[in-house]
Formats: sequence, C-alpha cells, structure tokens
Amino acid sequence: MQISMTINGTDVTREIEPRVLLVHFIRDDLRLTGTHWGCDTTNCGTCVVLMDGQPVKSCTVLAAMADGHTITTVEGLANGATLDPVQQGFMEEHGLQCGFCTPGMMLTARALLDHNPHPEPLEIREAISGQICRCTGYATIVRSIQWAAEHPAGAAAQTTEKEVHA
Amino acid sequence: MTILEDRPSNPAAGDHDRPIGHGRMQRKEDPRFVRGKGHYIDDIVLPGMLHGAILRAPVAHARLVSIDTTEALAHPKVLAVITGSDLQALGLAWAPTLSMDVQAVLVTDKVRFQGQEVAFVVAEDRYAARDALELIEVEYDVLPPVVDARKAMDPGAPVIRDDLEGRTDNHIFDWEAGNKAETDAVFASADVVVKQEIVYPRVHPAPMETCGAVADFDPIDGRLTLYETTQAPHAHRTLFAMVSGIPEHKIRVVSPDIGGGFGNKVGIYPGYILAVVGSIVTGKPVKWVEDRSENLMSTSFARDYIMQGEIAATKDGKILALRTNVLADHGAFNATAQPTKYPAGFFHIFTGSYDLAAAHCTVTGVYTNKAPGGVAYACSFRVTEAVYLVERMVDILARKLDMDPAELRLRNFIKKEQFPYANKTGWEYDSGDYEPTMRLSMKMAGYDELRREQKEKRERGELMGIGISFFTETVGAGPRKDMDILGLGMADGAELRIHPTGKAVVRISVQSQGQGHETTFAQIVAEEIGIPPEDIDVVHGDTDQTPFGLGTYGSRSTPVSGAAVALVARKVREKARFIAAAMLETRPEDLEWEKGRWFVKGDPSVGKTMAEIAMGAHGTVALPEGIDGNLDAEVTYDPPNLTFPFGAYICVVDVDPGTGHVKVRRFIAVDDCGTRINPMIIEGQIHGGLTDGVGMALMEIIEFDAEGNCLGGSFMDYLIPTAMEVPDWETGFTVTPSPHHPIGAKGVGESATVGSPPAVVNAVVDALAPFGVVHMDMPCTPARVWEAMQGRTRPPV
Repeated sequence: MQISMTINGTDVTREIEPRVLLVHFIRDDLRLTGTHWGCDTTNCGTCVVLMDGQPVKSCTVLAAMADGHTITTVEGLANGATLDPVQQGFMEEHGLQCGFCTPGMMLTARALLDHNPHPEPLEIREAISGQICRCTGYATIVRSIQWAAEHPAGAAAQTTEKEVHA
Repeated sequence: MTILEDRPSNPAAGDHDRPIGHGRMQRKEDPRFVRGKGHYIDDIVLPGMLHGAILRAPVAHARLVSIDTTEALAHPKVLAVITGSDLQALGLAWAPTLSMDVQAVLVTDKVRFQGQEVAFVVAEDRYAARDALELIEVEYDVLPPVVDARKAMDPGAPVIRDDLEGRTDNHIFDWEAGNKAETDAVFASADVVVKQEIVYPRVHPAPMETCGAVADFDPIDGRLTLYETTQAPHAHRTLFAMVSGIPEHKIRVVSPDIGGGFGNKVGIYPGYILAVVGSIVTGKPVKWVEDRSENLMSTSFARDYIMQGEIAATKDGKILALRTNVLADHGAFNATAQPTKYPAGFFHIFTGSYDLAAAHCTVTGVYTNKAPGGVAYACSFRVTEAVYLVERMVDILARKLDMDPAELRLRNFIKKEQFPYANKTGWEYDSGDYEPTMRLSMKMAGYDELRREQKEKRERGELMGIGISFFTETVGAGPRKDMDILGLGMADGAELRIHPTGKAVVRISVQSQGQGHETTFAQIVAEEIGIPPEDIDVVHGDTDQTPFGLGTYGSRSTPVSGAAVALVARKVREKARFIAAAMLETRPEDLEWEKGRWFVKGDPSVGKTMAEIAMGAHGTVALPEGIDGNLDAEVTYDPPNLTFPFGAYICVVDVDPGTGHVKVRRFIAVDDCGTRINPMIIEGQIHGGLTDGVGMALMEIIEFDAEGNCLGGSFMDYLIPTAMEVPDWETGFTVTPSPHHPIGAKGVGESATVGSPPAVVNAVVDALAPFGVVHMDMPCTPARVWEAMQGRTRPPV
C-alpha cells in the first residue's frame, strides 16, 4: 500500500507492506535511526516520536496509521545547527549516558513543554513515566527538562551560572 | 567549549573537591546522541546485508527428536536455515564459555532451558526471517526439568548435562575461602549468634538496547569483520579466533555505540556466532538483533544465590565472625564471566567493611534448566551478593542486640590506621576511612531526626523504615598473578600520539556503554600533559585501531585502563622533556614541568609547549640517542592490586499498611571512589546504580514456574523502575585516594548497584519491625510485603 506523511517538515510517500510498524518504517525505510526500539511491548519508550505533536510509541503504531499525519523524530528537534533547548538541557545536566532512551525522552519533554512551559518536577516525572532509562536514575533527566523550561530560548539566553573557557 | 563550574554536591567534603583534569565538563559524546546520531548495532547497514532470526525452544528440558526445515527453506526470501546438525558438521555446535564449560550454539541433542537456540534463519529482511521461523517444524520429547536449585543435587534429579562425559549429577563446583576451623571456634564461644537464610533472586541487567551483531565475512581474503554489542572487543576477537579457526589477525571486532551493558554484553552469545556462520554460508553480511524477550530469557542473568548466613558477636556489639554456605544457581551451562580462579567471583569479600576475627564461606554451584550467565548487572563479580549478605546480617544482629544499626556499624568498622587491611578471606583492602563517610551520610540524612519521626509515626500506626548499608567494593580486575579469563591476563593497553600540531589521539582497550570514556579519558590525558580535553580524541571499540585489553566490566575501566592512560601520558611527558631539551640546547634534568610546558629551571620564560615539542619531534631538530622522531608512547598496565571504593547509603521508606506498597521517600548516598575525574559523570553513574538497587529490592525478578517456563520474559512482567518509583537522589562524597593507582582513582560504575539493595531492604524490614519481621527476601513487592505483615514470609521461586 502507499502512504504519505510529513516527517520533520518533509513530505514523504512510500510503498509499504501494510503490517510494517512505524518504528521500522522510520528506521529502515527512511533511515532515520535516531528513533530506537527496545521492547516490542510498548513498555520502554525508546521508540517515542511525536505524531501531530503528541508523543506516541512508534512500535505500537502501524506506519499505515501515520498516513496523512505529521511526525517529528529526534532528527527534527534541532533547527539546523541550533539545538532545541531540550537537547541543550540534556547536555548541560547530564540527562543521558548511553543515549539509547534519550531521543524518546527528549521528544516527550518537547511535547510536555509545548503544553506546559513551567512544569513541576512531579509533572515532569509523570510525563516521562511511560519510558525507561537504565543509566541515569531519572533525576538528571528531570533537571535537563527543567533546564529547558528555564531557558526557552536556549543557551544564548543564559550566561550567569557558567564559566566559559576558550 | 563550555566548561561548567563543578557543582559542589557536598560542601562538607571541603578542599578534597578538586577533580583531576577539568572537573565537571560536558561530555564529548553528547552532541551526537542528542541529535539522534549515535551509531548502535541496529543502525548498521552494509551493502547486500541479510537478516537473521533465531528459533527458540518453547520448553525447558526436552530431547530434540527432529527438525524439518523444508517449508522454511522454500520461503521465497529465505537464503539459509541452519540447525544444530549443520553446526556439528562444521565443529561449531558447541562453544567454550567464560567459565571453562561449553555451551550449545544450537541444540543438537537436548534442550536445556526455555528460550534456548534451536535454529537460525537467514532471510532478505527482518520480517521474512521471523515469518520463516513459523515454518520450521520441531518435535520435542519433553523431560522433567530441574527448576529449584535446592533440588538440583537430589538423588534421582534429572541430569541436565549428559553431554559432558561421565556426568551423573548437576554439580558444577565447590569452592571455599577463609579458615573453617578458626571460624567455627569463634562461633562456638561467641555470646550471640544469629542465622538467616537470605536469597538474592535471579535478576537481569536488561539494557535498553538488546544484544546484536552484524557479521561480514570476506571469502576472498578470509577476513571477518564483526560488529557486536560487546563490552570486551579484544577478548571477543581472541575467543572468536579460538572457536572459529579464523586466524586472529584476520578478525576485526567493532563495538559501536552501545545502548547500555551492565554486564549483559560481556559474554559471547550463540546469536553472535550464528551471524558469523550465516555470513560464511551466504557470502553476505548478516545482521542479528535479538528482541526483548530473547534478551530477558536467554542472555546473561545475574545473582540467583541462596545464602545461609551466620554472624557471631559479643553481647555488647563487637562483631567477631561471619560464615556462610551458598548454593549458586548457574543455569544450564556454566557461562559466568569471571576470573578463572574464582568460580564464585569475588563473593569472598563478604566480610564487608568490618574488622573480624574469623570468616569462612563455601559456595556450591549447580546446573538447573534455566538460562546461563550469572555475573552481570553491575555486580563487580558478585560483590553485590556479598554486600547484600553482610549488610543484611549486620542489621539482623542489630535487631537481636537491640542496637541502632548505624551505631553497630560504626563500632565495628576497620579503622583508618589498619589500612592496607588484610581481611580473613585473602583480600588486601588498599585504603579506606569509613567513619567520616558514615557520619557524613547520617548528617545529610538528619539521622537522629529521622529516628524521632519514625518513633512518632509508629505510635500512630504508620510504617516508616530507615535502612543503612555500608559497602566496600573490590574493583579493577586484576593483577595477572591472580587473575585471568580463559588464560588471558586482565591488563589493558593504551597508546597516545601527539600529532605535529599538538592535537592528540589516545587509543584504549576498554569500551564505553554510556560511561563517557571519550570525555573522562581525555580529561586524564589533559591533566597529565596539559593539552585541553577538546584537543584529545579517544578511540575505542575497534580491535583494528586499539591496543589489546580485556574491556569494560567489573568497574575496571578507570582502575585499569585509566591507569594505563595516565601512565602513557606521563611517558609522553617524559619523552617531551628530552625533545624540549634538544630544542632548547640544554640538559633534560635542567627542565621543569608546568601543566602543558617544559621550561628551564630558574628561567620560566624559556621553555617549549607540548605543541611546540610535538612539532619539534616530527621536525628537524637533532634528537638525542634513543629518542624516536615522534611524540608517541604505549603502555600495558597490569594493576598491582584491585581498588576498594566504599560508601554509606541511607534509605527512607514509607509502607502503606493497607496495601504493602513501598514508597522510597529519600535516598542518601555518600560514595568514596578516591580521586574524582568528572564529578558530573560520577554522580550519573551513582544515580543509575541506585535505581538498579531500588528496582531489584522492590520489583525486578526473573521467576520460573514448575515446568521451567520463564515468567519474566518481557517488560510487562520484568518490572523496571520508572521516574515515579525513585526519589530525587541526595549524593555526597568523601575522597580516599587509592595508594597504588597512578592518579588515586577507584572504580565507581557499580558501587551503587552493589550498595543500594541492602539499604532498601533494611529500610523495608525496619518499617515492618512492629510486625516482628526480621527478614524478607527481595523483591519487596506489595504482595510480598503484605504477606510479611501477616507473618508469612517466603523465599522467591
């Protein structure tokens, strides 16, 4: 069957098997490998992408169900060379170690901040509670998302608490 | 580049908070990860690449009667179906394990655990490979399984390993440490002896990325390129050479970015070997990546120790001796990854942080019809089990003596002046200063205030628990005089090259799974030779590009490879002195070092920077006799001893009296890992390990039913903490440098996984004290806690 969708601002049309999962379509057909898969049972959230701005687990969405929709993957978070504040926050606050859950966590964070620009720590924890991280223990992910909330324009807006070396 | 100020996580530690290198520095690997440009095993696509899938046994114990692959082979997209008999013809049906046993690559005679590998399909795409698995017809003759390790040695128990010649039972090994007669004598005359059976259930490291491989065999030059999720690329290359007969110089193992390891990616799994066979058979690259159920059901589990603990003390609280008998369930094949001489790993550090008169342990390993493995999940070669045993036993003793558990620990610590300390089971603790660490954790927790709060709550019928754990780790395996894996000494190499323009590349033999080696190893070099970390590239994970070494597990990267890197940098610095002397037309002994530069003693304005010296080395300066025209060096580091990080953890829980639900309200962790390289990364490692500990203590378990069916085969059944189950960690630190490590650093990657489970369980048991509960086994799920409140405790299956 033929499907069309907008991915990271680009319209794509492809011929696919009807049973293909969105995560495999994104990874194997479009070669956007920043979206990961980790469990097959909708538990881990490494496959989270945004569908029309809402986080979805792309291992539990058929590619066909995304027909006509708008998808954002981690590759679409940055605006060219300028990182999304969420991406900056994860680097500033050590919100990642192995990096495998990170794309899904950041996309959920982006969706959260789009709807709630000043979330409480518990609201952040609730937002990411459908996703698993084995490395960080979550506290630094919470801090990373708080950093992004405090710096909606990104790093350029904050200079106070940093020493900058050449 | 941006360097953040070190966040003072612990003002009480004072001026020790001066990390090596450039301190709290953002990670060099992060820019690619936050852009989704990490490069993990499943991201690799080679031209013409095929996909493999494994057919797995549905039962735990069964004779293989027949396999019919006709229909699968007729699938239009299938290129090959490989069975055990095909491998037998190639001499590859069995492979050596890391514990001198053998493991079936594909079943030839008998299925020995549920999920065991039965056949391998190679197809054009991953969906077709999975489809074809459904087309393979297998007939099994089901046998009674051995599920409970306690029954493995019963007369008449089914013999699992009838493949081993002369084998008539399920016994693997007996091992002991310490002095039995001395220990028994101390127990016989002690005022107080308490006993407790303590079970550390089977758990699984379950990294977010499962295991996988892409094998690419070139039939023309006989060269194998193997991309693998491995924590130990060099050891794997050697083992693949031994198993496959492909000469070692024709094998290149590449470990790309790894999505978490925790010990799960140390062993060589049948899937890796099958990908290689698939590539040889089809002449094309073959990718195999397991799914989550395959990962949980067939790859290396952890723990599964049944421990009979006994502790002896005087009535005023002086701990005298510890002894234990352990039954170790190793599953169907003894595939534990550990140094050869230690079949129970480093379990014999079960004497913990206490000054004892005597200690003795025995460990018996048995086969069961469960997945093989045993050392995984950040356990430091079974220090996890050891620390859990001693820290539970000390708490049980405190209850018996009606003493505060913090006070009992403080009274029995090995004293600062006793280090280096020889314990009663053969370890020499390199350094330690336990009391300040314990006191700091109590201060951060507000310990006395917490006890007051608990007393008030108890009077109101509320269940609050405070749990303490004080652990001593032993990491950085290990000295070649004592330690090897399959005959390979546990050393690590490092090569450092300073390019003519003063930029550097350091090549290391260990492999990050998220630990941030590209950052911390650059920081170590930066500190030693004064080149900024951003000008130093760290190369790892490719056997063609890095020196030999045993890899990353057991918290050994910083203790072993970190030492190699510091020493190779010092070697380069010393070589630079000779070259600088030649450039300045003076004698090397007349030069003095300041970070990044050699200068003439008494005349600091005359000197050469490392960049100038590098250009000089590669230039036309006349070099002294014996000095090559480069600024490179290499080192292989054999550690003289292990390092002994330690820490004090305090956990506060609230238990719902109606449901048995445990809420971890606070967790205070004070760690001492010696010299700190990047405090941000250390804090991250500790947070992750604490989460593991909460997971194991409260929810994680791989159980089996009576037929040997694995009940933890997906993330719907094997529960892992989310952000809702863990608190905002409170961390602090003290610094007691290792006296033998070049920069005084100790490993830290597993400290929190080792140290935190007893803190959580001690807190839960403390909360349940009003019910008379003295011990309960993990996991402290609501159902099991509620049962304990009703006076029914039971060991996990």
